[in-house]
Amino acid sequence: MTTTTSPTKTTSVAQPSVSLLERFRVPGAFLLGAVLLLGIAPLVLSDFRLNLLAKYLCYAIVAVGVSLAWGRGGLLVLGQGVFFGLGGYAMAMHLKLADAADTGQTLPDFMQLYGTSDALPWWWKPFANPAFALAVTVLLPMAVAALLGFLVFRRRVKGAYFAILSQALAAALSIWLIGQQATTGGTNGLTDIQGFFGYSLNDPVNQRMVYFIIAAVLLLLMAAARQLFVSRYGELLIAVRDSEERVRFLGYNPANVKLVAYVVAAGMAGLAGALFVPAVGIISPALIGIVPSIGFVVGAAVGGRASLVGAVLGAIAVAWAQSTLSDAFPAAWTYLQGLLLVLAVGFLPGGLASLVTLLRNRRTQTRTTPTASTAPTGETA
Amino acid sequence: MTVILNQSFTGISIGAVLLLIALGLTLTFGQMGVINMAHGEFIMAGAYTTYVLQKSISSAGLSLLVALPLAFLVAGAMGALLEWLLIRRLYTRPLDTLLVTWGVSLMLQQLARDIFGAPNVQTHAPDLLIGNVSVAGVTLANNRLFILGLALLCVLGLTLILRLTSLGRRIRAVVQNRDLAEVSGIATERVDRTTFFIGSGLAGVAGVALTLVGPIGPTMGTNYIVDAFLVVVVGGIGQLKGSVITAFGLGVLQSVLEYSTTVSVAKVVVLVAIVAFLQWRPQGLYTLRTRSLA
Repeated sequence: MTTTTSPTKTTSVAQPSVSLLERFRVPGAFLLGAVLLLGIAPLVLSDFRLNLLAKYLCYAIVAVGVSLAWGRGGLLVLGQGVFFGLGGYAMAMHLKLADAADTGQTLPDFMQLYGTSDALPWWWKPFANPAFALAVTVLLPMAVAALLGFLVFRRRVKGAYFAILSQALAAALSIWLIGQQATTGGTNGLTDIQGFFGYSLNDPVNQRMVYFIIAAVLLLLMAAARQLFVSRYGELLIAVRDSEERVRFLGYNPANVKLVAYVVAAGMAGLAGALFVPAVGIISPALIGIVPSIGFVVGAAVGGRASLVGAVLGAIAVAWAQSTLSDAFPAAWTYLQGLLLVLAVGFLPGGLASLVTLLRNRRTQTRTTPTASTAPTGETA
Repeated sequence: MTVILNQSFTGISIGAVLLLIALGLTLTFGQMGVINMAHGEFIMAGAYTTYVLQKSISSAGLSLLVALPLAFLVAGAMGALLEWLLIRRLYTRPLDTLLVTWGVSLMLQQLARDIFGAPNVQTHAPDLLIGNVSVAGVTLANNRLFILGLALLCVLGLTLILRLTSLGRRIRAVVQNRDLAEVSGIATERVDRTTFFIGSGLAGVAGVALTLVGPIGPTMGTNYIVDAFLVVVVGGIGQLKGSVITAFGLGVLQSVLEYSTTVSVAKVVVLVAIVAFLQWRPQGLYTLRTRSLA
């Protein structure tokens, strides 16, 4: 598999000559490049395109979690839309209440429209507090994932069973939201969000600020996920993915290892959902059901599920392709999306990222072959 | 009392539809450990077969009778083709199969949209299946009774095939121990393809049944597929008995809950019930005893 080749803790202890600078050279260079690219984007892109990029970056944040849980942990998380939605709705509920307070109303506009009784539902009330709402965007998805994961992994329900259960969860949440028209906006969702903690979202400057927040969160989470990947926990996670029984026989509890990956991925999806709301201005059941939930996995699958950068770039590329192609050629896009899944997952399980490693290996091979005359024959990559 | 009975009958008829869909799934899932998300599109293929047939055969009753075997063949052929093209290359990666077949299902849906148009279409039910019969104050819709009968007939037929024929014996052998079956001289690949043909064909039959109770559209399969998978998971993979009990159980639970609460709450409660059930029996209602660790 495409594990990162940076030295682990044990080797760096054994070889003190590997300096801190050396250890973080590659990721550091990558980080610098990413910061430059994301920083230049507002200068060259129009406000409209920048807004779209902010949306894609939200999907990329989900992909970081998918890469952790699915790429490294082997947990096919088909219900990330649930956590994305919980985070998004928590944020949108707060912003709707703040919008209403700005205009001197007590109820969000859609509740007045649907003729709900003039009292705010009790479970909306705490969301008026920004700190509470922000905490809920991350903690509620993590709590739900922890509960489901604990129950499911403890009883060794795994593989396809887990995938189907997480998918059913996504279906159930979106159906429930649609059913609660009066308090959740039903099929429409929570729309038309004007302000973001006192800043008007109609101002392009503030939109740029939202973009920078999203970009910064993405880079931070990627850095955190990378540290997780190269830690001992990351190695254990891969071991659980590849041979769960063996890990159990070694004395670890695979259920806990998987639970951590699932919960962290859920928290990331929740945060992505929360950031999605100010960037796009809407959250609705159509964004979190079965189809978008699988969509979260598609990007990671195409880019390379086990490679962090691959998964993130894949998510951005697929989201970009979707919004450019689906408007112009809706039919062609659906065929292409299906074909991408079949080709990437079926025939290139490492995603596009594995092509990079493949090419690099081939190049080093051709470079070393002439000098190493005793090289074994028959290796044609 | 009659309300409860009426609601139970609704539940049983929901269960019959689920059962028809889950039968094929449990067969392919049980034998190959493969999750076929395109199963829903085979349902759609069966439904559109009925629709096309009705354009050439004006008698609704006759076209329905012809549609049943024809839909079985059409959906079965699609399934066998899918198995031959993709799934047999992915046996060792069941989770990836799920995503690959999802991709296939996206393409098939779009294909249906291109051929038949995005709006739903409708077929005419035969006169015999319109209307109700009343038994002890309970209203039984004829079309629902027909679906129930069809589902039970399919269970019976499948059980007979599995129990009595040599093909059934080979299928059971592969399900129980693939390696041992192979060294005993069973052509497991051929058995796989036949199983996939039968399983997908049953989805086609389910599609014909669904034309009696709802519209035909490109996304009709996705509405049922997740529920059908839950039936398979709870019933125990590859277990007909488990699927029958679970399908009717979930159907009745769903409709009783829908009556006392709302559709959306019922869905959530059923899901919670399933997770709780898996705490008690993580391998499903019935399990196949093997020495495998997985």
